[in-house]
Amino acid sequence: MFLAGLIACAITGILILIRIILGKTTFDRVLAVNSLGTVIVIGISLHGFYSNRPEFLDIAIVYALINFIGTVAVLKIFSTGSLGGDN
Amino acid sequence: MVLIFDIFTGICFFIGSLSIIIGACGLIKLPDVFSRIHAAGMIDTGGTAFFILGMVFQTGWSLVTVKLILIGVFIFFTSPVTSHVTANLARQKDIVPVGKKIGKIL
Amino acid sequence: MKSLILFFILLCLWLLMSGYYSILLISLGIISCAFCVLVANRGKLIDDEGLPIFFIPRLLNYLIWLFKEILKSNLSTAKVIINGKVEPETFTVKASQVTEVAKVTYANSITLTPGTVTTKMHKDVFEVHALNADFGNDIRTNEMDRKVTWLEGKK
Repeated sequence: MFLAGLIACAITGILILIRIILGKTTFDRVLAVNSLGTVIVIGISLHGFYSNRPEFLDIAIVYALINFIGTVAVLKIFSTGSLGGDN
Repeated sequence: MVLIFDIFTGICFFIGSLSIIIGACGLIKLPDVFSRIHAAGMIDTGGTAFFILGMVFQTGWSLVTVKLILIGVFIFFTSPVTSHVTANLARQKDIVPVGKKIGKIL
Repeated sequence: MKSLILFFILLCLWLLMSGYYSILLISLGIISCAFCVLVANRGKLIDDEGLPIFFIPRLLNYLIWLFKEILKSNLSTAKVIINGKVEPETFTVKASQVTEVAKVTYANSITLTPGTVTTKMHKDVFEVHALNADFGNDIRTNEMDRKVTWLEGKK
């Protein structure tokens, strides 16, 4: 059962990778990378249950938070050219 | 009792897998950035919610359940923010959405 | 008062995430939670925007309605993706909430239901991109707007 979920996550990952390679604009790629991160979060938790080690969930929480901050940081660099304030 | 929970988990995983695969197909198939955001939103809400619900049926009541629900809450809070930031920046860079416009647009 | 509420929320989060209840680890948790509250106080982050506790009494009712709405629009989005009948449309709606937090909640609720995305906002006018005319009509009936105004409870 968990293996089936993992296989579905892998198929979704491959489909999203196709969009990352094809994507015309930067926004397509950033959006696809964000979705790939969500799928990886699901995959990490599923793998933790599959190998009977639910401690993997801590890694999944950290991955979800870093995924969000990374996406916003990349978009901020793309819009203003720097990560700092107004100086 | 365990069998019933296993069946519930199986149903939830089936719906979740279908949801994320359809979302990824939409991410490839739909015409422009603004339409693809809807497909990404489907992966973020439908897929995550059903997978987490299925895993909650497997754990019962423990600290692991709390962590699973926390993952769900984090993704539910952060997913609309990233979608809105992407859409807003795409509008600022003068990408005009495909399709008809109703009324005056900002 | 609000600092105390924030402190208890952070402490509950620490206790739930750690899972080890020895004296040393709990005291470390109390110290780090107090440090976080201190930093938030110095940055003047604890106000109605940082900690919207006036949402809490009606939050559960609203969340149940929102989950139902998300399920329905997930189904419709899946149908649209499989059928391939995509007719995107862009329009503006007006938000009737008073506080900024409630406006952000409304915009986030629009974005969270698949099929509609808030692309721009200026004061209390949102520009919404919808995947199909059905999703657009769902927003234009203003049902979600009324729900969020009720959740805010200021009128």
